[in-house]
Amino acid sequence: MPFRPLTLIAAFCLAVVLPFIASAQTLEELIARLPDGNFNDRAAIVAQIAETGDPRAAQVLDALLEGELEQRNADGRFVRVTGSRNNQTAVDVLTGEDLGPVARRSTEAVRVNNALRRSIRTALGVLTLMDPDPARRLAAAEAALRSPSADQVDALAEAMATETNAAIRTAQTRAHAAAVLASDLPLEAKLDAVAVIGAANAQIVQQTLNAYRNAAEPELAEAVGEALAAAESRQRMWSQAQNLWFGLSLGSVLLLAAIGLAITFGVMGVINLAHGELVMLGAYTTYTVQQVIRTNAPEYFGYSLAIAIPLAFLLVGAVGVLIERGIVRHLYGRPLETLLGTWGVSLILQQAVRSIYGPTNREVGTPDWMSGAWQIGELTLTGPRIAIVLFSLTVFFGLLLLMKYSAFGLQMRAVTQNRPMAANLGIRTGYVDALTFGLGAGIAGLAGVALSQIDNVSPNLGQGYIIDSFLVVVFGGVGNLWGTFAAALSLGVANKFLEPWAGAVLGKIVILVFIILFIQKRPRGLFPQRGRAAEG
Amino acid sequence: MTRLIDLRLGLFLAALFAVTVLAPLATTLPSTSALNLPSYLIPLMGKYLCYALLAVALDLCWGYAGILSLGHGAFFALGGYAMGMHLMREIGARGVYANPELPDFMVFLGWTELPWFWYGFDMFWFAAIMALAVPGLLAFVFGWFAFRSRVSGVYLSIITQALTFALLLAFFRNDMGFGGNNGLTDFRDVLGFSLSAPSTRIALFVLTAIALGGCMLLARAITISKAGKVLVAVRDAESRTRFLGYRVESYSVFVFTVSAMMAGLAGALYVPQVGIINPGEFAPANSIEIVVWVALGGRGTLVGAAIGALVVVALKSWLTANFPDLWLFALGGLFILVTLALPNGLLGLIDRLKPRKAKPATEVPA
Repeated sequence: MPFRPLTLIAAFCLAVVLPFIASAQTLEELIARLPDGNFNDRAAIVAQIAETGDPRAAQVLDALLEGELEQRNADGRFVRVTGSRNNQTAVDVLTGEDLGPVARRSTEAVRVNNALRRSIRTALGVLTLMDPDPARRLAAAEAALRSPSADQVDALAEAMATETNAAIRTAQTRAHAAAVLASDLPLEAKLDAVAVIGAANAQIVQQTLNAYRNAAEPELAEAVGEALAAAESRQRMWSQAQNLWFGLSLGSVLLLAAIGLAITFGVMGVINLAHGELVMLGAYTTYTVQQVIRTNAPEYFGYSLAIAIPLAFLLVGAVGVLIERGIVRHLYGRPLETLLGTWGVSLILQQAVRSIYGPTNREVGTPDWMSGAWQIGELTLTGPRIAIVLFSLTVFFGLLLLMKYSAFGLQMRAVTQNRPMAANLGIRTGYVDALTFGLGAGIAGLAGVALSQIDNVSPNLGQGYIIDSFLVVVFGGVGNLWGTFAAALSLGVANKFLEPWAGAVLGKIVILVFIILFIQKRPRGLFPQRGRAAEG
Repeated sequence: MTRLIDLRLGLFLAALFAVTVLAPLATTLPSTSALNLPSYLIPLMGKYLCYALLAVALDLCWGYAGILSLGHGAFFALGGYAMGMHLMREIGARGVYANPELPDFMVFLGWTELPWFWYGFDMFWFAAIMALAVPGLLAFVFGWFAFRSRVSGVYLSIITQALTFALLLAFFRNDMGFGGNNGLTDFRDVLGFSLSAPSTRIALFVLTAIALGGCMLLARAITISKAGKVLVAVRDAESRTRFLGYRVESYSVFVFTVSAMMAGLAGALYVPQVGIINPGEFAPANSIEIVVWVALGGRGTLVGAAIGALVVVALKSWLTANFPDLWLFALGGLFILVTLALPNGLLGLIDRLKPRKAKPATEVPA
């Protein structure tokens, strides 16, 4: 056939040159050709529109997808028509110019069918995958991963090749792998894809691979099964880590609530049942500070906690000094009476707060710098929780230093160890007592500031913590700050590890029963104070 | 030898007897009479007497043995639940779901058969024994472990509080099989007598009064016996008593168990008169409130405890009805007042005002 070489050349020219010609076409030219031809022709044009890389391409395709792209009969302009039948308005898709209301029959719609819609979606996917805005690129890649489609294999491969941002490229690689699995590519490619997906986090692995668990190819099914099993065990490990973290954060809450008690009960031997209410006062101090800032100087809201912390310490500490001077002072050496007297104080404080602030929960805000979350692997650490863990550690070690290295700490220890001797050496024991009690109360106030970030601020706030904090102190060993530390963290962690298989309430009961039994076994707690004193 | 019934106890029992006889008579008077007692007040008075009995129970172990239990409300509630379970079974097929076997809440939860621990509660005698045995057994086991390892004083108070807290959480759970949050209620009758009939109410009231009087005599008998003397010694100097060769833990466990059974009895009498028992009775705050009754009346006096309970509960009824905001202030103030100014309670105050003849036997150091 004499013409064959020519046709070959022509075909070659078409194959090589045509794309260039096509890509050289502008969006305007392409869109003008849209109404012509059949749906297949339109699909080809849609692909070309996507390849123009024109920033307006997305809005054109979007209008087309929604069936809102119409051509005006009068001047042939392409407009996007929105609104109900009798109240339609048009916007120029290319310039964005508002053309105002249009009459019903003055425009001609560019029709789409389902096959065309699919290619438009693919084209749009490609467009957003290449979007200059990194956030939109990432979102597009994630969307592609959520609903993988074989049409996107090439687009994703292309996007991966040019992507410079590592996080987005990872997302694109996974989406690509998911698309490969959905396509009819050869087995090797799919096995590679399974390996790629398998490295992602467990949730992605499960949602993507579950459908291929019973794939037709035995190798693929096997690989998928292995990847799923691996993901599951990884997830189990991460959920252990999550439990550990929740446990530590609960433990530091307990620690905060119990440190103040460790001072009043552990060091002074005073049972302060109003401790929970002192915590509550701290929380209400935070609330009041925030209210004042909100009404007077909202721009300083970020500093509200920085103001509330010292204020709560001083205020609640002062209340503590008052309680000590007014009531506890008269009851030294009579622990059961102290218990009852401070219970009375707690009732009065509770009712006072209820009368002033009302019985309902109060809203305490979290400053912006504290909200947010960090992601480590599959572990989510929320801002307030991290802040509380750090805060309670700070308070704990600060207190430890105070007890060990300050003159006041020394006097405090002297008075608790041997009161008459300390008095003989010129220490004003009454003064030290009041300050020690005030210190314990002040720390309760600090705990209140912290708890206001994670718990409901209501008059009953303290009640929820009082029994727990007593148990922490008793469990850890009275008079021993390190014991309190160990007890709080271990109880917090134990509680969170029990919760998944026993439920929250039963887990708590188990812990309570455990402590009750433990105290029977070791009445002096985990780390008893050594001494020769026999009571009575 | 101390007499079983001294002047104070005699006066109290006489007053109790008079009220028990006169109150039912007063309900029969025509409603125009000034002395007429509306019959709805009878269960209320019965309720007060139950509280008085509970206070006597606590006084027995706190006032005489120095065991400050902050969990006596738990024994009270357990006794109440035992009785409530019987009353629940007695409703029978008259419940909303008309199930002859299962109480309404179980049908509601979709249970098909009675849990094993509900067996036997259809018989009154079984429920009555359980109302005493369950609190008694719990107190015995708990006390056995606690006193044997020499847990005493505030440690004991804290773990009894933890005990009642744990029970509170447990009884709130629906799948425990005790009605969860709502508890047990909608009772119809007891031993075939309708609970809403005035005659049944009077009978229950009289029974409660007899129980109170009887328990006070029993407690008095215990405290004036030789064992009672040892208990006071334990209270005042535990280690010394032990060094003298007494087995402190046996005495403590004994009195703790008896006290818990009395509390259970009070609970069992309380439930049919009030008509409901729910997990709220386990709240630690309730148990601490019992302590203030005893402290206000005067601990280690039995009579004082009963009077303290009546006074505080009456005050509570009046204040919560008329000045609801003031009640907690008043209660808190009472706690502080009693600990600071009235270490021996109202009876101690009377003793102090009287010209002193002999040293009262009720001086109580911590």
